[in-house]
This record gives sequence, structure tokens and C-alpha cells, in this order.
Amino acid sequence: MSDERDGRTATSPAPSHVQLGLGREQLLTMYRQMVLARAIDRRMWVLNRQGKAPFVISGQGHEAAQVGAAHALEPGKDWLCPYYRDLAFCLALGMTPLDFLLSVYARAADPNSGGRQMPSHFGLKRARIITTSSVVATQVVHAAGLAYASKVRGLGEVAVACLGEGSTSEGDWHEALNFAGVHQLPMICIVQDNDYAISVPHRLQMSVESVASRAVGYGMPGLPVDGGDLLAMYSAMRQAVERARSGEGPTLIDAKVARFTSHSSDDDQRRYRPQEELEAMLRKDPIERFRIYLQRHSLLSDPEDESIQREATAQVDEAVQQAEAAPSPDVADLARHVFAEEG
Amino acid sequence: MAQGTLIEGIREAMAEEMERDDRVWVLGEDVGRKGGVFLATEGLHARFGGDRVLDTPLAESAIVGVAIGSALNGLLPVAEIQFADFIHPAFDQIVSEAARIRYRSNGEFGCPIVIRAPYGGGVHGGLYHSQSVEAFYSHVPGLKVVIPSTPEDAKGLLKAAIRDPDPVLLFEHKKCYRLIKGELPGSDHLTPIGPAAVRQEGDKITCVAWGLMVHYCLEAATTVAEEGISVEVIDLRTLSPLDKKTILRSVEKTARAMVVHEDNLTGGFGAEIAAIIAGEGFEFLDAPVVRVAGPDVPAMPFNKPQEDAFMPNPTRIAQAMRDLAAY
Ligand SMILES: Cc1ncc(C[n+]2csc(CCOP(=O)(O)OP(=O)(O)O)c2C)c(N)n1
Ligand SMILES: [Mg+2]
Repeated sequence: MSDERDGRTATSPAPSHVQLGLGREQLLTMYRQMVLARAIDRRMWVLNRQGKAPFVISGQGHEAAQVGAAHALEPGKDWLCPYYRDLAFCLALGMTPLDFLLSVYARAADPNSGGRQMPSHFGLKRARIITTSSVVATQVVHAAGLAYASKVRGLGEVAVACLGEGSTSEGDWHEALNFAGVHQLPMICIVQDNDYAISVPHRLQMSVESVASRAVGYGMPGLPVDGGDLLAMYSAMRQAVERARSGEGPTLIDAKVARFTSHSSDDDQRRYRPQEELEAMLRKDPIERFRIYLQRHSLLSDPEDESIQREATAQVDEAVQQAEAAPSPDVADLARHVFAEEG
Repeated sequence: MAQGTLIEGIREAMAEEMERDDRVWVLGEDVGRKGGVFLATEGLHARFGGDRVLDTPLAESAIVGVAIGSALNGLLPVAEIQFADFIHPAFDQIVSEAARIRYRSNGEFGCPIVIRAPYGGGVHGGLYHSQSVEAFYSHVPGLKVVIPSTPEDAKGLLKAAIRDPDPVLLFEHKKCYRLIKGELPGSDHLTPIGPAAVRQEGDKITCVAWGLMVHYCLEAATTVAEEGISVEVIDLRTLSPLDKKTILRSVEKTARAMVVHEDNLTGGFGAEIAAIIAGEGFEFLDAPVVRVAGPDVPAMPFNKPQEDAFMPNPTRIAQAMRDLAAY
């Protein structure tokens, strides 16, 4: 996939799936997860236009980085401190379309927050996805704490934190990486660099091309990765996970990705991004790239692809129906869960 | 029961809980070999090792954030903020994260952390080693805020805080650390978070305070008792969740109420107590509720005359009691 690499950062070409020891089943699972994430994400925007989803924030363009990363982890054992674009990551770790759609509709049964938080503020205990606030970079410090506990208790668990490149300007990001470096924790920080923080471009957030070059200051390796290349991301993440599990410490990964949509449903990126830039970006769809890769290696036929697409649409249809029919939270529960409940 | 100082109560609480439960750990600046700048953690590093008594980088948001993460992964952290004045960089981790984790996850995740911080003035600490910060955090649902005034409660409340399933902030008045001596209960004793303590009964005035101010109010109450003014002194011990019942029951008896705190007046926690008494005890009152507090200046000056002028003291409190009794 190296021939179609994103030109922004020099990265080494991705190994092939054979070199990575990935079989067809797993490759197709990865593909399905990306297709499903995209289908859900697109549907959210439709629901938004229909007035059914008051707020949308998207992961379109980030899917390969997230699914590639997730497959290097052990779901249910390792921890994810996610951020709001991590829909594909969460699906790959075990969140179901219904789990997520319930949050889009802010339903009582939403396992993320019981309809309390805006959608895409992920949290799913059974998948070890830690609840997140809207305050960017706070979750990176939690990952350091999770990793510290893993290390001192000898649990062998890895803690992953994701955030955008703009959010690395926050003090919490520095404090977390510094702590992780000092204690050589089993932690991985994935920066999903989509070049923008709402409207503010990369160059106004940092004076370096890749945030990975800051890793040296924290005593850890920094890996710049073409995050549009699923296998490149899987490969980098596997190295990082091996390091973490064998006690060699944390890794910082800079995944260059693309933000296909506006920042959120309250933004219009045409106001601050040139038309040519948007068009060029959309030509480099990470899902498309992976599909082409699979087809080139005769791992996916057209009919199989169509059936995967149909399946995803059907899954979304069903989840939307169920979520729409699910009850809203009870007003009487407003004051619940401020503190632990007795018994 | 053994006798000891307030800081000994704090230290014993941590040592006993660490002994009892190996999930308990301590983190903060200089808490390791040095034992903390006030020696609250003295001896713990030697006894429990560096993993469980950790000298963190100088970064308060990380101290609280790492504590939160470790709690989400099964540990029970006791984070020390070296001075309450330096808790502000961690405000976001405390308020946006610790306080809201249970609520925002609809009860799925909890955040059993303790944050200890020495607070308060009258120790020549200047602007940045004298602050009272309890009002900021008592405002936030999801946090418990406790302030012990005796060695017994320091020990009992900290032990209860460590065993509490939710985030607890424990503010320790640094002037009380070695000044206040008293009984130190055995390892089984817990002081429950919530209930206030009536430190002295009286029937003319209800006087509500916490921390060092409890002792100043008791001193003032002794002075005015000789003049025939009987004051009931309530030590809140826990500011949040607040024991309204004990306050209102007392005001029902005395019909006169005052609150004393070291924090500056405007928006201080005394305003909340005054509002509760006015709102829920209006029928009991024979006089307006009085607040004795620090002046509305940014912080406590270092020089002695201005520091003295800032701090409420027994003389000032006694005068406020006389005025209120005469109303
Ligand atoms: C502390 C904080 N400040 C501001 C915001 C508002 N905000 C939300 S997302 C965002 C941009 C984040 O950009 P980046 O980190 O690059 O992530 P991206 O959205 O591009 O994936 C801003 C400014 C916030 N949520 N938290
Ligand atoms: Mg960005």
C-alpha cells in the first residue's frame, strides 16, 4: 500500500499482510469494521438532517488508523481512553451499532452514558473503553494512571489514549507523556493528525511536521505512520504493543489521517479549507485503499464486497430502528449516580 | 486512647489503610524519601516501597489524572497536593473528570480517589501558601469535601475517605498540624463522612465553622461565656455533602446564627450556609445571619500586620458574638 502513501510525512512502506501474518478472515473483519463504521457515521448525518440527531461528530477518514490499531490489542484486556472520533476503534473493540446508536438518540439504555453525554463520548465498561469528557487531552493522563496500575500490579495490560494533533498543545498531554516516560509505562498514545483542530491548521499548533518528533523529549520512540494505510498502522501498533507488554515502555504514534467531514455538525469546513484541498483529500479514502489492496491480492471479490456493504447497511437499519424505538431516560433519574448507590 | 497531633492522625490513617489493603497507594511531590514537606507521609516510603509511595513529577494535573486512571484500574490512590494553593492546575481533572466520571457514565465507572491538601493561613505563607480553596470544590456535585479539626477526625475521616467509593478532597489546616493535639483512635475507628459535630453546646448563638476556625470559635465562645453568652459551636467536618439537619436543629434552639471562615467573604462557603438558614430556618431566627470571614482581597499578605488583619481571630469572633447576642 506504500505507493498510495500520504505525502505529508516520510514513513516506511507498510509490510504486506503476509509479512504481518494476517490471514484472510482477519483482513475481512478489519474491512467489515471500517465499512460498518462508515455506514453508521454517514447515517448519523442523515439523522442530523432529519432533525433526529442534534449533534454529530465524525470519524470518517480515520477508520484505517483506528481499526489497524485496535487489531494489535487484546479486546477486554487492554484499555482504551478514546476521543470523539474513535467510532471505528470502539466497534473493533466490541461496541455494537446499537450501543452507539442509543447514544445518538440519547436513550436510557445507552451504555456509554445513559443518554447523558453528547454522542461519540464513548465509554463501555465491558470492552474496557474508559468514559470520556469533552475536555480534550484529559484522557491521556488517565491512560498513564491505568498503565501505572497495570505495571505495579503486574497485569500485562496496555493502556491506549487517542487524541487529535491540536489537543497535543494541551498541558495534560505533556504531563501524561512525561509521566509515562519517567516510569516507562505500558502506554501508547495515538495522535490522529488530521491537520486541523476545528479550523486551526497543524502549523499553528506545533513547529514540527510530526508530533512524533517530540517523543525523544519523553524518552520514548515516536513513530510517524500513514494512518490512511491500515496495515502500516497495524504494524506500528503491534511494535508498540510488544514494547509495552514486554516492559520496554511507552510509544507515541503519529497517525496522519484525513478529516473528511466538517469538525462537527455545527461547523462548515468550506469556510476555512480550500476546495482543491477538500477534493484531493476525498480521493484518498482509507477504506477504498484497503478495498483495492484486498482485491489486488484476490482476497475480496466484487460480490463479496457488495454483500459486506449490504450487511453493514442492514445492521445500521436495524440499530437505528431499535434505538429510535427505545425509551428516553426518566426525568426522575436526573439525580442518580452522583455518588455510588447503596447496596 | 493514644494522644497525638493532627498530622500524626493523617499519617496513621494512611499507614493503617496501606497495611490493611494493598490497593492503597500514595502519590505526590516529595512524598517519598522526604515524607512530604510537612512530613505527613514520613516513614511510608521505607515501609511500603517506592511503587506505593511515589514521588511524582512536579505536575498537579498529572497527579490527579494518574490517580484517576489508577483508580479505574483497581487501585485506591491517596494523592497529595503539596499546598492547596497549587491545586488549581488540577482543577480540571478534579472537576471535569473525577467529579463527573460516575455521573457521565450513568454509574458504570466510579472514581475512588482521595486528594489531600494542606490549606489555610496564619503561618506567614504569603499569597501562595495560605489559601482556603474549599468553596471551589464544595460547589461541585460529585465531590466530597472534608476538613478535620481534631486528630481523631483527621485519622477517622481520612480512613473513611480512602474506603469511600467516590472522590473525596481532604483539606488539612497546616496551622493545626502540630498545634492541635488530642486522642488518636485505634485502627477500627472511622469518622463517617457527612455528619457535623457539636463541639460545644449552647443556647444563645449557633456558630458554624471548620478547620482552624473551630478552635478560634471555641476560644471566643469561652470568652463570651463569662459574659453570659452561651454559644453552640458546630464543627462541620464535612462541607459536602452538608449536614443541614444539625445546623437547622441548633438554630431552632438558639434563634441566632453565625458562620466563620478564613476564606474571603464573597462567594465563600458561609454564603451557602447563611442561605440555607435563611431559606429553611427563617421562622427560627431572631436576627440576621452573620458571616465572619477574610476580606475580599486576592490573597493573604506575607507581612504580619496585614496577615493578622486578614485572618479571623478569637477576638474578632468574640466581638461578632457579642454584637449578635445584643441584636
Ligand atoms: C480543553 C478544550 N478546549 C477546547 C475544546 C473545544 N474543541 C473541541 S474539539 C477541538 C479541536 C480539536 O482538534 P484536534 O485535537 O486536532 O482533534 P480533531 O477534532 O481534529 O480530531 C476544540 C478546540 C475542548 N473540547 N476542550
Ligand atoms: Mg485535528
